[in-house]
Amino acid sequence: MLEKALDGGKGYWAWIFLLLAIIGAGFIAYLFQFNYGLGITGLSRDVSWGFYIAQFTFLVGVAASAVMLVIPYYLHNYKKFGRIVILGEFLAISSVIMCILFIFVDLGQPMRVMNVMLHPTPNSVMFWDMIVLVGYLTLNVVIGWTTLGAERKEVAPPSWVKPLIYLSVPWAASIHTVTAFLYAGLPGRHLWLTAIMAARFLSSAFAAGPALLILLAFIVRRVSKFDPGKEAIQSLAKIVTYAMSINVFFFLLEVFTAFYSNIPGHMAPIKYLFVGLEGHTRLVPFMWTATALAFIGLTLLLIPNTRKNEGILPFALIAVFVAAWIDKGMGLVVGGFVPNPFERVVEYSPTAPELLITVGVYGIGALVLTVLYKVAVSVKEEVEAGGAGEASHH
Amino acid sequence: MSIDRRQFLKIAGVSTLLGLGTAAAVNGIRRDDVEASQMEPGPDALKAKRWGFVVDMSKFKTEEDYARVVHACHSIHNVPDYGNPKDEIKWIWKDDFEHTFPGQEDTYMAAEMKEKPFMVFCNHCAQPPCVRVCPTKATFKRTDGIVMMDMHRCIGCRFCMAACPYGSRSFNFRDPRGKDESGRPFIKELNPEFPTRTKGVVEKCTFCYERLAKGLKPACVEASGGGIVFGDLEDPNSEVRQLISKHYTIRRKPELGTQPSIYYIVGGNENA
Repeated sequence: MLEKALDGGKGYWAWIFLLLAIIGAGFIAYLFQFNYGLGITGLSRDVSWGFYIAQFTFLVGVAASAVMLVIPYYLHNYKKFGRIVILGEFLAISSVIMCILFIFVDLGQPMRVMNVMLHPTPNSVMFWDMIVLVGYLTLNVVIGWTTLGAERKEVAPPSWVKPLIYLSVPWAASIHTVTAFLYAGLPGRHLWLTAIMAARFLSSAFAAGPALLILLAFIVRRVSKFDPGKEAIQSLAKIVTYAMSINVFFFLLEVFTAFYSNIPGHMAPIKYLFVGLEGHTRLVPFMWTATALAFIGLTLLLIPNTRKNEGILPFALIAVFVAAWIDKGMGLVVGGFVPNPFERVVEYSPTAPELLITVGVYGIGALVLTVLYKVAVSVKEEVEAGGAGEASHH
Repeated sequence: MSIDRRQFLKIAGVSTLLGLGTAAAVNGIRRDDVEASQMEPGPDALKAKRWGFVVDMSKFKTEEDYARVVHACHSIHNVPDYGNPKDEIKWIWKDDFEHTFPGQEDTYMAAEMKEKPFMVFCNHCAQPPCVRVCPTKATFKRTDGIVMMDMHRCIGCRFCMAACPYGSRSFNFRDPRGKDESGRPFIKELNPEFPTRTKGVVEKCTFCYERLAKGLKPACVEASGGGIVFGDLEDPNSEVRQLISKHYTIRRKPELGTQPSIYYIVGGNENA
């Protein structure tokens, strides 16, 4: 089926080469980092994780969100999602690949990465994160490819896929839960040491992931003959609405606990993010932008008329997506390190090479996604054309 | 049964692979392969069930008292100096009471106390979060309580730095064996007795395991003029236990359950 990715128009190839150029730039920047060390980034002994790990964390959520299509379609037999479930699975594949790459570019000694397998350490959450991510990638590759292959031949998927599909449901929850446990089990990092972390991760994932998926579906509809279907998009939009409402609610729970209890350590990172601490306010404009976007996006989604309006819906989804990205892709990781264990404020911002590498990894993700979507859409176009031809024949 | 050369090579090759694979699998599971860089202690080696420090801040009077201890440690351990806080590596340093013991400060505390400097270094916790999170066992707790680093196994993921609630760990953001723009090496005076590190690994105080193995005191203890005392916390007759039983001591963030092995005598002898 992969050959279908080689058959595209001018626009398709222009897009592919643009992505390759971005990936090339990121790769060159990575060679500099590989040679010089992580000192090329904005990281320090006080803020020792930054942009890379934050993108990893955010994208685990995007990957997990495929389950929001799998559950209604396979567990509740909601037929409308039948057309787009493959888009969710393929988005998961590209996201997990990006997750793995973001971990890789964050390593100080990338050549030793196999040590994680050579010296398996079950007491480390990172060990389990590796297992669940690789497992989730494998599940989605096998399920996605097999079901699409069956669709192409217009037969039912083989029966052995069903158990794997059911397994992928708790597995999706596990990838984001285990990723939350990377943070939520560390003593002395007040922003992260919260039992609701995994729940917050899942709710923000189920808002941002499907939001991105609808936006991708709009693009697919524009560039191909395949239409994911208005009803499927509207159902997904409702899922985004619920998840984002829960996400905002969970965040407010954190604010209540920190500020009503009045415990300084719990309040400090939230203060840093939203009003600044000891005069350090680097993230404040971003966090308020996220707040405004979350509010606007959620309002547009909650009002049925604006949600159902396909001219407005993309803006609501972009707002929700960007809000979730700022929250997790910028605030969460850095906020955990500020103030530092000495209650001092050391700020962080990514450097140009760090951003280039980040964009390069996103480029790889976009390339994988483009190729997979091209295959999926071509198969669907072929089947629909064949189906239509048959119908007219009879 | 006769076999030709080809068959023999096949069988030999497959059995070797099987043997190596099994050995690797068994080694991977066995618990005792953890302490990769454990040194064989010499006949004079100092031993303990749980090494610990008592730091008596009253013995540190001048700026020079702190600087001497820091220099003693950093020079023998080839700790590089990059001259900027972003890439900074430190094994032992000083910070004031207010920041060393956050949550203990209060509005009416004398400024002198608030600003009083304290020596800080790895706490060699009995329940070390850094060891718990390390995905490769590159940081591990020895049977004598020392929290060790295996710089050859560390992949540089920095999970341990996120986990340490004391900020005790530093990362080699660049090559410590390099030089700055003006050609000055980052390691001012190279000590050939102790390994230098490579870029991309985490490091910290290792309780001078290499000195203990030779029967020597930790470098900071030796340079502190009685300000830092070390000994076996499990031995009731040790000097550290005597000091802890006679003085009021505090530890950094004991509420986190990490059970730090550094005790601080806050007010000196006059408060005993």
